[in-house]
Amino acid sequence: MCLGIPGEVIELHPEQPDLAKVNVSGVRRMINIGLLADDPPAPGEWVLIHVGFALSKIDEQEAAATLQYLEGVGQAYEDELTALKESLIE
Amino acid sequence: MRFVDEFRDADKARALSAKIAALCEPGRQYKLMEVCGGHTHTIYKHGLEDYLPESVTLVHGPGCPVCVIPMGRVDDAIHLASQPDVIMTSFGDMMRVPGSGGSFFDANAEGTNIKMVYSPLDSLKLARQNPDKQVVFMAIGFETTAPSTAMTMIRAAAEGLANFSVFCNHVTIVPAIKAILDSPDLRLDGFIGPGHVSTVIGCRPYEFIARDYGKPVVVAGFEPLDILQSIYLLMLQLSQGRAEVENQYSRVVPWNGNPVALAAIGETMELRPYFEWRGLGFISHSALQVKEKYAAMDAERLFSVPGVRVADPKACQCGEVLKGVLKPWECKVFGTACTPETPIGTCMVSPEGACAAYYNFGRMNRNRVAEAGTVGTARS
Repeated sequence: MCLGIPGEVIELHPEQPDLAKVNVSGVRRMINIGLLADDPPAPGEWVLIHVGFALSKIDEQEAAATLQYLEGVGQAYEDELTALKESLIE
Repeated sequence: MRFVDEFRDADKARALSAKIAALCEPGRQYKLMEVCGGHTHTIYKHGLEDYLPESVTLVHGPGCPVCVIPMGRVDDAIHLASQPDVIMTSFGDMMRVPGSGGSFFDANAEGTNIKMVYSPLDSLKLARQNPDKQVVFMAIGFETTAPSTAMTMIRAAAEGLANFSVFCNHVTIVPAIKAILDSPDLRLDGFIGPGHVSTVIGCRPYEFIARDYGKPVVVAGFEPLDILQSIYLLMLQLSQGRAEVENQYSRVVPWNGNPVALAAIGETMELRPYFEWRGLGFISHSALQVKEKYAAMDAERLFSVPGVRVADPKACQCGEVLKGVLKPWECKVFGTACTPETPIGTCMVSPEGACAAYYNFGRMNRNRVAEAGTVGTARS
């Protein structure tokens, strides 16, 4: 749970402004973007995700760097992705 | 991919290494603490200590939220989980943390039902699906994670959910740093500040370290070059006699943090008078509890929690490791009785814990361990 993982915002929830669908290493899941209410991300933008919440916006280059770093971390990132896959935030 | 590529282009790392070495005053020893477990992980994984001169030592700090949960709180959580009509939920990282009678996994093997969740919002969903059960979320983490719990509580209140509550174990990083600064065991020269925590709290809360204790702080990113760059910035400050807070990770960390996140914490939680940290003992105002306004979501008010203090196992020296007094391999049970498979202490449980990080990566180079061990002993 300690990892911050980058995800690309795919679409905002049509009815709930604090939810957005993101793509994290090919896994598409809903996350909460309420902590970025001051400057909400748009589709195509990248966010750093922690336990189902977008913590900050990041640029694409930073996202790519972080992803590569996480892939190097190995098991902990795989566990995080597995947990994310099982998550059903709504 | 720039940072990883830059790191692979080891010239840059070597150049930084040379710049760091050039700043060392002859005969002076430097001890720098990386507060965050994520940094510890990077340091061991990439063998960053090999890029540092002998006189610069990295000390691993208390910034692993799983590692600092005392045994008594694990026991309390298992007690809560065993109440009738309770579904306890927890992050996966907590599942192997030993309490006095075993871990969450052990409790589940004996019939308790503690469910792993990715997010507190998954607990909320479980509460909606099980209106006849009380769903208790085992909330752990520093200021990185507390806003997620807070936002979930605010959401539950808005929905009028009556069967969701929180067993709050959120801790705050600054009092822990202060406790370490006040500890007579250790003389530190500067801090590599935590990255993700700082996205929430910003850089200002560290200003007392520079102002009152005269130690520099550099908030750092997680990639190997980020950490080397931050060590360089710390050494530059030390060589110039400066003590300031600098932000090496400004591409992610805003100087003032995230006001929405801070407001959510402030809405739902307040500081506890004191909280016990594994190995560090009781620290004043170092953790959060649920505010009166959200009493209906406070598992500690809804249930009677034993709250029995359980002493850490005698053989375990996690406290010394968390304070940076001992290196992981200097602990008596490291890698023998205590391994990631059968952890005695929390530092061996989480992949961010100093002992687990060292066990997984550091041992790859036995010679380096032996050398570092000898040097460490000679210095202390």
